[in-house]
Amino acid sequence: MARALIPLVVFALIVVFLWVGLSLNPREVPSPLIGKPAPVFELPQLRESGAAIRSGDLKGQVWLLNVFASWCTPCLEEHPYLVSLAQRDLVPVYGLNYKDGRNAALKWLGKHGDPYTGIAVDTEGRTGIEFGVYGVPETFVIDKEGVIRFKHIGPLNPRVLDEEVLPLVARLQQ
Amino acid sequence: MSRLIAAFLLASTAAFCLAQEAPPAAEDPVLEKRVKALSEELRCLVCQNQSLADSNAGLAIDLRNQVRELMQAGKSDAQIREFLVARYGDFVLYSPPVNRATLVLWVGPFILLVGGGVLLATYLRRREQKLHVQTMSADDRARARSLLDGSGSGEN
Amino acid sequence: MIPELGHFAIIIALLVAGVQAFFSLAGAATGNRPWMNVARPAAHAQFVLVALAFVCLAVSFLNNDFSVLNVASNSNSALPWFYRIAATWGSHEGSLLLWVLMLSGWMSAVALFSRHVPTDMVARILGIMALVAVGFFLFMLLTSNPFDRLLPPAVDGRDLNPLLQDPGMVIHPPMLYMGYVGFSVVFAFAVAALLSGRLDSAWARWSRPWTTVAWAFLTIGIALGSWWAYYELGWGGWWFWDPVENASFMPWLTGTALMHSLAVTEKRGGFKSWTVLLAIVTFSLSLLGTFLVRSGVLTSVHAFATDPARGVFILGFLVFVVGTSLALFAWRAPRVGLGGQFNLISREGALLSNNVLLMVAAASVLLGTLYPLFLDALGLGKISVGPPYFDAVFVPLMAPAMFLMGVGPMARWKQASLPDLAARLKWAFAVALVSAAVLPLTMGKWTPMIAFGLLLAVWIMASCAVNLRERITQLAANGGGHPVSYLKKLPRGYYGMLLAHFGVAVFIVGVTMVNGYETEKDVRMTPGSTVSIGGYVIRLDGFEDVDGPNYTGVRGILTVLKDGRQRDVMFPEKRFYNVQQMPMTEAAIDTGFTRDLYISLGEAVDGGAWIVRVYHKPFVDWIWGGAFLMALGGIVAVSDRRYRLARAAQRKSQDATASAAA
Repeated sequence: MARALIPLVVFALIVVFLWVGLSLNPREVPSPLIGKPAPVFELPQLRESGAAIRSGDLKGQVWLLNVFASWCTPCLEEHPYLVSLAQRDLVPVYGLNYKDGRNAALKWLGKHGDPYTGIAVDTEGRTGIEFGVYGVPETFVIDKEGVIRFKHIGPLNPRVLDEEVLPLVARLQQ
Repeated sequence: MSRLIAAFLLASTAAFCLAQEAPPAAEDPVLEKRVKALSEELRCLVCQNQSLADSNAGLAIDLRNQVRELMQAGKSDAQIREFLVARYGDFVLYSPPVNRATLVLWVGPFILLVGGGVLLATYLRRREQKLHVQTMSADDRARARSLLDGSGSGEN
Repeated sequence: MIPELGHFAIIIALLVAGVQAFFSLAGAATGNRPWMNVARPAAHAQFVLVALAFVCLAVSFLNNDFSVLNVASNSNSALPWFYRIAATWGSHEGSLLLWVLMLSGWMSAVALFSRHVPTDMVARILGIMALVAVGFFLFMLLTSNPFDRLLPPAVDGRDLNPLLQDPGMVIHPPMLYMGYVGFSVVFAFAVAALLSGRLDSAWARWSRPWTTVAWAFLTIGIALGSWWAYYELGWGGWWFWDPVENASFMPWLTGTALMHSLAVTEKRGGFKSWTVLLAIVTFSLSLLGTFLVRSGVLTSVHAFATDPARGVFILGFLVFVVGTSLALFAWRAPRVGLGGQFNLISREGALLSNNVLLMVAAASVLLGTLYPLFLDALGLGKISVGPPYFDAVFVPLMAPAMFLMGVGPMARWKQASLPDLAARLKWAFAVALVSAAVLPLTMGKWTPMIAFGLLLAVWIMASCAVNLRERITQLAANGGGHPVSYLKKLPRGYYGMLLAHFGVAVFIVGVTMVNGYETEKDVRMTPGSTVSIGGYVIRLDGFEDVDGPNYTGVRGILTVLKDGRQRDVMFPEKRFYNVQQMPMTEAAIDTGFTRDLYISLGEAVDGGAWIVRVYHKPFVDWIWGGAFLMALGGIVAVSDRRYRLARAAQRKSQDATASAAA
């Protein structure tokens, strides 16, 4: 009776999915904002208190938005790569200082280097919510029209930069 | 004497003031109830499977505040869900959306139930037929034997 | 020295298991009696070795031997000694050791209590269980060795997760594993039956008590887990449809179906291949649960630290064990005979329908649990499937099964008549209807859901009562005397059934009442202020500092008053565990037969005030009380005389098929 084979077939199907599941990360939340316009924001600057940084002003160029905080340990991991990226002058990197203290952030940057062309201060995390930020660090690639093209969750590393971020940036810059 | 009475009255008034009903923690308990109800359906994105209502993680508190603000601004539950899904995806909803991808999920149990019922019915019918056929043959065989034997001692 | 001894014991146990598996199965296949006789002593030897290894690990924890990696990661010198012992199974590696301890324990029990089972069957059963053991021993030795050394030794350990430092957490895993692993026995019986080609009601008779005991343990394990979550996690929930909770619930559902199916196979010879399939499926779900908790495939609060290498190994093991059993089933099952005839309207029909409902429920839980993984694997995005889905799907599926629970025991075997059943049950139904209509009003609120829940619960209780009354009246009519005098003459198997079904009704009452009538107040309290809830007045008297063995904290002192008289003083705490730097809320619970009062501290706010959360939960303990009654019913059923007599009586009993298949 072929019907007796049904349990085995169902089991085989489940196993296939479980096998694939071993290489997936169930906790990673993909961003629904890819391909959509980046949220509009107007936030105080970290380094020049009194001045504001507006998302509208950043149109016309490809740029990276790096969400960071002084209390975030993985941010320390990726920071040297950001600093060397900034030195290569390929793409401006803007920072979103997320739920941090002004002095703590300035001190952290002083100690570890400052790769940012501009730093927006998001004390409450509201702009972060607009961007769908759920952890730190996260990095966005935004194109000339202000559309989010890519999001990397977690600390950046040379492989991600060289294989995904920079080629995309180069394509968008044309 | 009157001083004693005055002192007694004062003391009991003070005692009465002390034993007062504690005010609600939230400024608007009705709103808070609504926030809690919706938060129970939303997922805390940084936790290992907890709802927004149950978690004390930083992001959970922020998102609850966001939900509260949106409610105060007059948004409906559906609009707030849309707001969060636009930023975080369907992952943030504990009640999965009903769309083509989740069709199997929502309809599956019903189909399984109906399928199970159908399988049960056909199994029972087929089984009855098989047993019926067997007993029929046994009956026939017995009659045949009694006829062949020529004696009337066969069973009906 | 001691860890090495433990490690060595596991290696030897692996070898013994291998020997046991090979000689038993080969012996049974070739009829070689000396080979088959290896099975029993080998099983006992395994148990002794694993127990030795377990003791070695426990001693390492007790002695604070931080040169053992597992001890350093999960314990601390300030941890009280009983939690140090519990930490033995608090980690992935340690819990595996607990698993194999249970497995070898069950193997030893089977070796002891199977004198009435033919030698070749016993050999096959123990051989199959040994194969499972081989898999787990290899898993431990290759990927998850609890005896790995940490050199140089740590100065002190990282402490046990504060959430686990609790008595509930100490017995919950052992009970749960007794259940999970216990189902390996009926699994082995089933596969042995398929291998030997002997699938008859005798097989069902032998495996039934083993299944019931495993089921009872699993019931207790799940209930303990739920109760622990309730009092430990601080917000009063008791079931979250978390993947790991579901992983324990699915084998429970299919195990329940299996228990009922075995009853039919034993008594009437029917459902044979279905019962075998259920036995395989139930243990497969146990193994799947093991996979889900340790592989990182699903996110859960319960998951152990994940490692894909471990996931791969367990998946391979799962494929081997489940795949070969299901293949064997596909090959051998169709040859099995049909068993007795029965109508749809009959006890068999009711039990079969209940089986279908339980299986569909289990399949739905599996669907919901794995669906996010399905979509993610297919690249269709990430979703979450949580309580809203499971509640919507599970309750409608279970309601008809609850209804059948009243009808089934009343129906005759083979053929029953609907009008007859309706006549006998009409009063039970009427009582249920009236209760559903009236009782909620006495509690102050009537909703359809509350009424429906009470309807089902009272229906089950009333039909149990009707059934009992009918039975003793019948016996009295046949044998003379007063019906009540027959109460002690009824078999324990029958009382077990009544008790277990009654337990389900009690459980339903608990769930219905808590969901329908619980109240919560979130208030800002200063010393002297009060909050009234559920007819009680709770007054905050003050705070004091608390100094525990491995934590510090603040304790609130709250007096509970009813009608002006003091009833209780409650002490919720907010603790901070030193080593893991983790804050914990310890709720204070005043447990009562008809309600719980539940107080947990929020945070301190300015003005010397604290946010305090107070709950009144009517009948919440009936949830776990009901589960306990279910398990007790199972134990009572297993203590039935016939199991004790069967062992003493026939040694040479073989097939009882003659009566069933004719």
